[in-house]
Amino acid sequence: MRKIVEIETRLFLRDRQTSIFAVVFPTALLLVLGAIPALRTPDPVFGGLRFIDGYASTLIVITLAFIGLQRVPQVVATYREKGVLRRLSTTPVHPVRILVAQMIVNIGAAAASIALTIAVGRLVFGIDLPHNPLGLLLTVALGASALFGIGLVIAALAPTARAAGGWATIAFMLIMFFGGAYLPRFMLPEVINAIGEHLPPGVQALQDGWLGTAPQPAHLVIMALVTLVAGTVAARTFRWE
Amino acid sequence: MAIIEVDDLRKTYGAKVAVDGISLAVDEGEIFGILGPNGAGKTTTVECVAGLRTPDAGTIKVAGRNPKDCRDLLGVQLQESELPERIRVREAIELFSSFYPDPVDWTERLGLAEHREAEFGKLSGGQKQRLNVALALVGNPRVAILDELTTGLDPQARRDTWSIVEDVRTAGVTILLVTHFMEEAERLCDRVAVVNAGRIVALDTPSGLVSRVDGEQRVRFRPSEPLALDLLRGLHEVTDVQDDGGQLTVTGGGNLLHAVTSLLARRQIVALELRVDQVSLDDAYVALTGGHRAQDR
Repeated sequence: MRKIVEIETRLFLRDRQTSIFAVVFPTALLLVLGAIPALRTPDPVFGGLRFIDGYASTLIVITLAFIGLQRVPQVVATYREKGVLRRLSTTPVHPVRILVAQMIVNIGAAAASIALTIAVGRLVFGIDLPHNPLGLLLTVALGASALFGIGLVIAALAPTARAAGGWATIAFMLIMFFGGAYLPRFMLPEVINAIGEHLPPGVQALQDGWLGTAPQPAHLVIMALVTLVAGTVAARTFRWE
Repeated sequence: MAIIEVDDLRKTYGAKVAVDGISLAVDEGEIFGILGPNGAGKTTTVECVAGLRTPDAGTIKVAGRNPKDCRDLLGVQLQESELPERIRVREAIELFSSFYPDPVDWTERLGLAEHREAEFGKLSGGQKQRLNVALALVGNPRVAILDELTTGLDPQARRDTWSIVEDVRTAGVTILLVTHFMEEAERLCDRVAVVNAGRIVALDTPSGLVSRVDGEQRVRFRPSEPLALDLLRGLHEVTDVQDDGGQLTVTGGGNLLHAVTSLLARRQIVALELRVDQVSLDDAYVALTGGHRAQDR
C-alpha cells in the first residue's frame, strides 16, 4: 500500500498543471486580491471586515472543489477506461487500493494547499489563524469527503473519461459559483448564499471555523449525509472495467 | 500433469453466447495456443481462466485451485490494458513488484533496461508490450496468460517478442497464448485449440492440424529447357499445370515434388527458381473455421 501511495504521489506531482493549480492557485489568488488596496481595507460592505477576510473560506472551496470534482473523477475514470483497474485486478492486490491511494494523495494535496493559504494569509495579510481549528478541520474533512464522494459517483456513472470530465466540470462550476468563487458572497443574492451554505464543502461553516466562533451543526450534518449517500451510490454503481 | 483444466466452460453476455462448452487441459511447461477469428470466444475463455470473469457454467482449475484464488500463480497480459501515461517503466516495475512476495525483474532480459526512466506514454508499441510482459512475469508466475501479445507490433518486434516467449517457457512457465496469427501459433505453440463461435473445432499440435487438411501442393519452377506440359499432366500426382510465360505452376497431391523432379531429371532439365507451397496452418485454420480468416485489427 505504501508503494501505491508513493507512486500515486509522484504521478500527482508530475502532473504539474494539476498539482500546481490544486496546491498553489488558491494562495496565488489570495496574493493577487490582497495586492489591491481596496480589498485589504476594512469596509462596512464586508461586515466591517476586509474583503480578503470574507473571501478566505472561498479559497478553501476552490481547493476542495478542484481536487474533488476535477482531479478525482478524471483520474479514476481514466484509470478505468485505460484498463489500469482491470490490470490490477489480475494481481493479488485489489484495485480498490488504488482508489484509496488516490484519496490519500488528494487529501494530502488539499491539506497542503489549505495550510499554505492559512500561512500566507497570516504572514502577508494578517488574516487570523483559525479561531476554531478543530471545527475548521472537521468542516474541511467533511467537505472534502462529500465532494470526493460526488466525484466518485461521477466517475462511477459516467460512461467514459470524457463524459466524467464534462459532468464533473458542471458540478465544479456550480460548487464554485455557490461558494462565492466567481462573485464574492456579499454580492450574491440572499437566496444563493442560503443554498451555498448548505452545499458541500460548506462555505459558511468554513468561514465560521476559520474566522467565526464555530461551524453550525446543521451545515456539518448535511455534508455528512452527502458523504454517506454519495459513498453508497459510488460503491454500488462502481464498475472496475 | 495438467496445470490448467477447463471443463465445459460456458459464458453468455446478454443474448450473445461467447463461450459454448469449451474443455481443455494445459500441461505444465507447455505453450498452449488458442486460435480463432475475432469474437470466437478466445479472450472470454482466457479471462475466465485468469479469474477476471465468472463462468455461467463449467469448472476451471488452475493448479487445482479456483482461478480467483490463485492470482499469485498467474501472470496476465491483457488486451487493451494500459498504465497511467506518466508512470515510468521503473516505477511500474516497482509498483507491481510490491504486490508479490518473490518478484523477478525481467526488464534486463526484455531489453527495457535503457528505458527504465521513460514514461509509459512515451514508449513505442513494442516497448509497451515488452513492459506488459515484464509486468505479467514480475510475480514469478507458474502460468502466464498472454492475450494477443503481438497484435499491433511490426514484424521485427513480433519476432523479438516470440523469442521472449520461448525464454519464458525455458524458465519453466506454462503459457496460455491467445493469437490470431498462424505464424505465431506455428512457431511457438506445442498444441493449439482452434476456437470458432464459442466452441473448440480442433485441438492438436500445429503439424497435426495441418495434416488434417487434405490440401493441395503447388510446385512452381522455370524449366531450363522447354518442356511439354502434357508430360507433367500425365503424372498421376498432378491435377493441373499452368504455364505463365515459362513459369510453370504444377498443382497436385501425394508426393508431387518427387514426381515432378524425377520427370525433370530423366529429361535432364533443371528446375530454376523452384518453389514449393505446402498446406500451411493458415489453410488448415481456414478449413477448420469455415473460411473465417483471421483479420488483423
